[in-house]
This record gives sequence, structure tokens and C-alpha cells, in this order.
Amino acid sequence: MTTTSTAFLREKMEEGWNRPPVIAPEGEGELLEIAMGPHHPSTHGVFRMDLALDGERVVRLKPVFGYLHRNHEKIAEQISYLASMPYTDRLDYICSLTNNWAYALAVEKLTGQEVPERAEYIRVILAEFTRIQNHASAIGFLIQEMGASGTPLMYAFKEREKILDLFETLTGSRMMCNYMRFGGCRVDVSAAWLEEARKVVAGLPRFIDEFENLLSGNEILMARCQGVGILRPELAVNAGITGPMLRGSGVNYDIRKVDHYGIYDRFKFRVPLGDHGDVYDRYMVRILEMRESITILNQALKEIPGGPVMDPKAKIRGFRPKPGEAYGRIEAPKGELGFYLISDGGPNPYRYRVRPPSLVNLTVLEDMCLGSDVADVVLIFGSVDIVLGEVDR
Amino acid sequence: MKTVEEIKAAIEAAVPGAVVEIVLNPSPSGQHSLRLAPGHAVEVAQFLRDDAELALDFLSNVTGVDWPDKEITEKVKVTRTVMKTVDGVEQQVEETVDEARKRVVPGYLEVVYHFFSMAKKHGPVVLRMRTVNRTDQVELPSLTPIWRSAEFQEREIFDLYGVVFTGHPDLRRLLMWDGFKDHPMRRDYVDPDDYEYEPTAHDAVLARAAAHKAAQQSASPEGTGVGQ
Repeated sequence: MTTTSTAFLREKMEEGWNRPPVIAPEGEGELLEIAMGPHHPSTHGVFRMDLALDGERVVRLKPVFGYLHRNHEKIAEQISYLASMPYTDRLDYICSLTNNWAYALAVEKLTGQEVPERAEYIRVILAEFTRIQNHASAIGFLIQEMGASGTPLMYAFKEREKILDLFETLTGSRMMCNYMRFGGCRVDVSAAWLEEARKVVAGLPRFIDEFENLLSGNEILMARCQGVGILRPELAVNAGITGPMLRGSGVNYDIRKVDHYGIYDRFKFRVPLGDHGDVYDRYMVRILEMRESITILNQALKEIPGGPVMDPKAKIRGFRPKPGEAYGRIEAPKGELGFYLISDGGPNPYRYRVRPPSLVNLTVLEDMCLGSDVADVVLIFGSVDIVLGEVDR
Repeated sequence: MKTVEEIKAAIEAAVPGAVVEIVLNPSPSGQHSLRLAPGHAVEVAQFLRDDAELALDFLSNVTGVDWPDKEITEKVKVTRTVMKTVDGVEQQVEETVDEARKRVVPGYLEVVYHFFSMAKKHGPVVLRMRTVNRTDQVELPSLTPIWRSAEFQEREIFDLYGVVFTGHPDLRRLLMWDGFKDHPMRRDYVDPDDYEYEPTAHDAVLARAAAHKAAQQSASPEGTGVGQ
């Protein structure tokens, strides 16, 4: 790992190294200022980038947020702890189960609740399924933006649909799962569900092999992705980038390995790292992470014990944590998803804060895009993998 | 990892003049925090990042918290002299009564930082800073020059809480639009009756039409002639 050495930081600090560089336009004439978005098809929602172009070259890029802002945090401060659980589904609506887990984890830290063994296994299984379907669709979208209209995305969605069917059987909803509870899970999984899950997992390696055969060595994909949108590890660490973007830059930091939250210390898996920090490395890290998720799933589905999924004595109504505060975080598919809660002893949180990985990962968007062509901006933006429901909250 | 007491001692040894106070957290999470006087915040931040043992190179989360003015009612024992009729004679008697007194604890805005170390893989270290009050002295030093990850999160706090971060390179509203006046995450924020209302050109046209109509009616009381 390339760590940020003190000497490096001291030396570079005076130059303002962690700010986006100022690019002088070449040649004569005025810069072309365009607003890319908020309804541009590549922005995955409503998001705007104010670009200044010198010919085809980007010389300034300012992201503009807030089109989907609904003040999720304020709403959560006015309702009970449990009532926020369905709202967390709507943050990153592709991965509602990891959002549930992050919130449940923060509340469990605040109250000191224990989670039964079986529930921990179910959480891991669902989180890894979520990671696979998120990475598959993220890659599908990325390649769609490259111009491969539809086909790779449909391959990804075909597999995602099987996983969403599993979610639907278990939780009643494909995307808005609202499944985890403080101290466990809402309902138990059946033996038939586990059997079905094993079947889906058994089919996944074949899907990833097929996906990779089509894409990884593809000449167009390599030409468009390699050496584009390079993010240096020093800047990635300084800018708080997390998730596949950080590991694509070669920094070995996976919260599953660092915090060992849940029961991640029981599983054997590797953390894939990139070397160049370009779009291709981020694509490759996601592919490899899917493969590691399959090994975790295989272990978890084999070892899952019996028992309750929730402490039957756990207090659900009149839930009032003692005064105090807690910050809980997990490795969501997009990066570090954290919840910070302050309790004043009342039924509602005094302060409820979401640390969104998507928003913080966009900090370096300008740095990665400056100097490249407009067509690459779409690609670099796609490789960050954001969901606007989480950016704007 | 070092405990909060050790971190406090390390900061005070490295940055002379830094005022650090330990804030204990009674919850089972055990995440105690350090309150920092804003005066030396940037030097302390630089020390936390560059210190070989702490190496807090990763600023994960920046949060604003609003603590409004609190009115506390206290019972105070008061001794006073009153005129009372004792045994048929009116005389001065001293008596002690409980009196409720109200005291206003001034509010403030607080910013909480959660740090981790990617190099040493430890954390979190929690730092907090507070403003003097909630109205006119709301400046705090920005940590964005030291950790870039604070850039958008501090902008969000400026937007939703109204904390002004001095030294921030690009302090604009992040989520609300530029013409917005209030800070919605404050506890005393009152939302408008009509979110959709915006003064449009259409309103001006309607106002002019109303004035025109009134002028016409006063000029010809019999009516405008339409429909006669």
C-alpha cells in the first residue's frame, strides 16, 4: 500500500496538492460553458455538472447537488428509531439491505444489543448478495455509457433479477426490503429459501466468467478505460474515498477486514486491489469483489446455524436508548456507509446523520476529469458508481 | 490505539496553547470524544494527521449538531422577611420558601469529526468544536485544507446549519438552492406554508391587471360596458 507519508504531505501541502489543478486553456477564444444534466441520461438520476470546455477538453467541472434533497435526516429526527428503517431503503435504493444493516448496526452500538448467531449469518448472506447485484449493475451501466447500448446491462440484470427474486421471497419486496431490525432480522429464512439461495450462488461463477469473457479483454473497453480518470492513492485517502474506488487506487482498506463488524472475521476472503487507479482498475476490482463475495456466500450458506433470528425479549415498542452517541459503519457496495446517532433519552434520535459514500466519493470527480475529453467524463462519472438518492438524501 | 486521555496529553504536548477537553459518552458504544477550542484547531488537526503513532489520515464523517438555547427551571431556597399575624399581633417573620427560577443556557452549534487511520487501521477518534452562539458568532476553522473529504460535508453543514467555515476554499450551499435564506436542519426551523410558492412573472401580471381593473371601475361606476 502506498501510504501518505508525513514528508510527502508536508512537502506538498504548500502547493495545495489536494485541490483540483488549474488548467490554462490552449489557444484563442472563449471557453464553452455547458450544464451537463440534471437530466442527462448518464447521470443516473438528477445531477448536474457545470463544465467549462476548451474545445473537447474539460478545464473546469463543478458538481451541483440537491435535486433529490428531501432532508432525510430531519425527517428521521421527528420519527421514532424504528420508523426510520424503511426510509433508509430509499437512500441507496439499489442496495437497501446494506443500508438497513448500517443503521441497525449504529443503533445496536448505541444500545449495546446483541444479535443472535443466525441473524448475523443472514445479514452477511444478504449483504453479499447485495454487493454482487450492485457491482453487476454498476458495470452494466458503465458499459452502457461507453456505448454498448443495452446488451451487457441486460446480462447483468438477468442475474440481478434472480437475486432480487430471493429478496422478494424473503422480505416481500424486490428493492425496498426493510428487513433488518435492531438486534436481529424481521423474519426467519426457510430451508427452501436457503436451498434456492445455494442454487443461485452455484450459478454465479458461470455468469461472471461469461461476463468477463465478453468484457475484460474487449479492445474497445480497454481503449476507453485504461489510463482514463486516474486517481492517485494519496489523494484518494485524503479525500476520504472508500469502497471499490479506493481499492482500485491500490489502498488496502476494507471495513469488513478492519472492523470485523458482524461475523466477517469468520470468513476467508481476499481484498482485490488495483494498480493504476484508472477506470479499468475500478471495473476489475468490482469483478473480483463479486468473486470474493461468492466465496463468502458459499461459506456462510454452509455454516449457517439454527436458532432465533431475534431476541424474543427485545423491546420494540417504546424503544428509548439511554443518552449517548454512536457511530456505526459498514462496507456498503459503494463504500463506507456510516450512521451517527445522538440520543437524548427520548423516543426519537436527537441527531441522525448519514455518512453517504456516494457524496464523499464525488469529491474527486473534478480532479479525475480535468484535462480529459467530455466523452470520458461520462465514463469516469460512471466508474464512481453513485446513487443520487444517497447523494442528496 | 491510544485512549482519549493519551490523545489529549499528546495534543497538549505537541501544540502548546491548545485547549482540549474530554467529553465522555455514557452509551455502550464507548466512543468518547475530545472537544477542541477553535483557536488552535488547524495546528491540532495537522498534528493528528502527521503524528506517526496516530496517523489519522482518513476523515470519515463531519456532522453538524444544533443545541438551541435551553431554559432550565431550578428550585432555589430563598429566605425572605414577610409580615405575618402571629398570635393576633402583626410582626415581621423570616421564612424560607422554594422559588422556581428560570435560567437560559445559551445554545451553540457543534461540528463533530470522525477520524480513522487507514495506515494503522484504527479509529474512530471523535473531535468536536462548538461555535460561540447560534446567531452572529458562528465561525469555525475549516479542516478542508488538511482533509479534502471535509469539502462537501462542511459545505452541507454551512447549508443546513449555518456554520461558517473560515478557510474553506469553496463555501457555497450544497443541497438547497442559492437563493434560500434559512438553515433547515436547525431545531427551531419553521417550514414555509407553501414550498411551491415562488414569485413568478405571472404574479406581476395579475397584480397589474387587478390595479387596472380597479382603476377602470372607479372611472366608470356603471361598469365596463361588457354584457350590456
